[in-house]
Amino acid sequence: MREFLPLVIALPLLGSLGLMLGAGRLSTRVEAVIGALPVGLAAILAFSIAAGFLADPPAGAVFQQTLWHWFDAGGFSAAIGLRLDPLSLVMMLVITGVGFFIILFSTEFMEGEDGFGRFFAHLNLFVAAMLLLVLADDFLALYIGWEGVGLCSYLLIGFWWRDPANGLAARKAFIVTRIGDTALLLGLLLIATQLGTLDIAGAMSRAAQHWPKNSPVPTLAAFLLLGGAVGKSAQLPLQTWLPDAMAGPTPVSALIHAATMVTAGVYLIARSHALFLLAPTALFTVGLVGAATLLLAGFSALAQNDIKRILAYSTMSQIGYMFLALGVGAWSAALFHLMCHAFFKALLFLSAGAVTMRLHHEQDIFKMGGLARRLPAAFWSFLIGSAALAALPLVTAGFYSKEAILSGAWADGTSGRVLWAAGVIGAFTTGLYIFRCVFIAFFGEEHTHVTGRYGWRVLLPLTVLSVLSVLGGLIELPPAFGHVTLLSNLLAPVLPATAEVKSVIPLLLASLISLAGIGLAALLYWRPTKKPAKTPLWRFWHAAGGFDWLYDRLLVRPVQWAARVNSEDAIDSVFDGVALLTRLLHDQIRRTQTGRVRFYTAGLAVGSISLIAIAVLR
Amino acid sequence: MVASVPLDQGLLLAAVLFALGLAGVLVRRNLLFMLMSLEVMLNATGIAFIVAGARWSAPDGQIMFILVLTFAAAEVSVGLALILLMHRGIPTLDADAGDHLRG
Repeated sequence: MREFLPLVIALPLLGSLGLMLGAGRLSTRVEAVIGALPVGLAAILAFSIAAGFLADPPAGAVFQQTLWHWFDAGGFSAAIGLRLDPLSLVMMLVITGVGFFIILFSTEFMEGEDGFGRFFAHLNLFVAAMLLLVLADDFLALYIGWEGVGLCSYLLIGFWWRDPANGLAARKAFIVTRIGDTALLLGLLLIATQLGTLDIAGAMSRAAQHWPKNSPVPTLAAFLLLGGAVGKSAQLPLQTWLPDAMAGPTPVSALIHAATMVTAGVYLIARSHALFLLAPTALFTVGLVGAATLLLAGFSALAQNDIKRILAYSTMSQIGYMFLALGVGAWSAALFHLMCHAFFKALLFLSAGAVTMRLHHEQDIFKMGGLARRLPAAFWSFLIGSAALAALPLVTAGFYSKEAILSGAWADGTSGRVLWAAGVIGAFTTGLYIFRCVFIAFFGEEHTHVTGRYGWRVLLPLTVLSVLSVLGGLIELPPAFGHVTLLSNLLAPVLPATAEVKSVIPLLLASLISLAGIGLAALLYWRPTKKPAKTPLWRFWHAAGGFDWLYDRLLVRPVQWAARVNSEDAIDSVFDGVALLTRLLHDQIRRTQTGRVRFYTAGLAVGSISLIAIAVLR
Repeated sequence: MVASVPLDQGLLLAAVLFALGLAGVLVRRNLLFMLMSLEVMLNATGIAFIVAGARWSAPDGQIMFILVLTFAAAEVSVGLALILLMHRGIPTLDADAGDHLRG
């Protein structure tokens, strides 16, 4: 079964190619089938490979398959190969499983849109690139997938390209993540030149042998990789693109900007954890970046009125938790939260999409209200997703994964306690902002007219993801209840173990804090509320700490100013000057070309006589 | 045996003839006269070769003169053909009127 691994990537790629080549010649129904079927088949294949992998693990829990030799030059060789180990297995299952349900949802959500086939072509291409990213056994192949998902993200954010604002958002996402990608590329080049290989396993073992802990080279390499991760995962200071990326269709936000692509940074750091363990400064920075982002994004989400922007900030904040977990060395907790987050955030985005598709794409929560009665399916799935996001104790997946992160931070000494405190404050804001959204949008008076009914292609993904958001956490339970460690056992061969916390104090505190957040939201927003006044504080958090403003002043405007000043092209004037001089001389010399034979003869005579005179008289 | 012409007098004659021919080419505007002046210049060089050949009693000077003579014949035939051709486009013999290639 494992030998069919390349097919998992090839199927969506073929689907994408089929849709692109058949553009304009296929009916919508055929396009929907070609769009959803390959990812569904890839998911079935991935799950059967996973079943085989779990029943009969290969030696060292790693299955490697070299597809072809790419090039061999100057002692450096690169191969395109796949590597299936527990880490990539978890990622593969999340991508194909959640991906399939989101694509199934899109076939109904996007009905009647222009570019229906284009949408699924890009979505399939994205799934293929994302799978290559997580399955690659070589940093070079990983980088291909890394850029591929960036491209698809750009294409899909700007899907409704007729509105220039969407194109602007797409370009912003592409350029900001490109800054991170450049850092990643530099980091990979550093690894290639210093260690002589880009094979992931080879590079990591060589790094551990050749580089002493805390020396400058691994620190620099780790910081460069962190730069790439920060860009892709929308963490400080490259986080500004994610809220604007919500310009794309909602299923795109669910798949790319919540469940999979934005977690690529977490995957990258987990994948190269051996390098980060050599550079404790970089690893600590990872935790710090995560803590700062989760606080900033949590507070910003409180000041948003657009349901998708609330979810975007919430995604930033939850990925902040994953970075925090990586920073304190709770590797499997980060992966656990990545998985649960993929379930409940995809669920939240899809139910938000289900709401807006019945409200003519209205996204302002203050214009919704009272939807619980009108749209019970969307309401219940949004509620379950919100409960999982807010880590409602005991009954949700988000509780167990967030608890694993917080206890990991608690166990990590003094600096870990500081990060733990940030995480707890973040948990409080999480409950507050998401239930603010629930109470305002789904309770109170109705402000809108709701039309239409949902088909099975919307209801099935919502149901499945709801079940996963509740039960997904049961594969990993803390020591206090049950002590199930299925996921960390699975990940044990590839990721270092995490210190265990026996005490229940952090667990109790975290549960109480998230309950307090939900409670405060109920207290404040149970009764109908007006739109918040535009106080300076509200505006500060609405703009997410003014990073857009800051970058606008610091980077965008100086560049635009320089472009405007230089619109005459100062450097070009040198070349223009040369041309002008040539023309002037040309005009002078041109006069000698009179066209008269006698004049030329005189010239010849004068010239010959002078030459002879010089030769004779000298 | 005819007494030979002294070298300096022969060369002086050649120089005077050459200068006259050059002056003719530069001053006259009639193409036919310019062609004739060119002939004068060519013959001036012929005289210079003959005089030099006589001075050193070498046959080279006479050989060169015959070469110059053939050049002159060829030059005249090509030159007259060009004048005829030009006359079709510009019905004049004025050399300055044919300055269509002025820059």
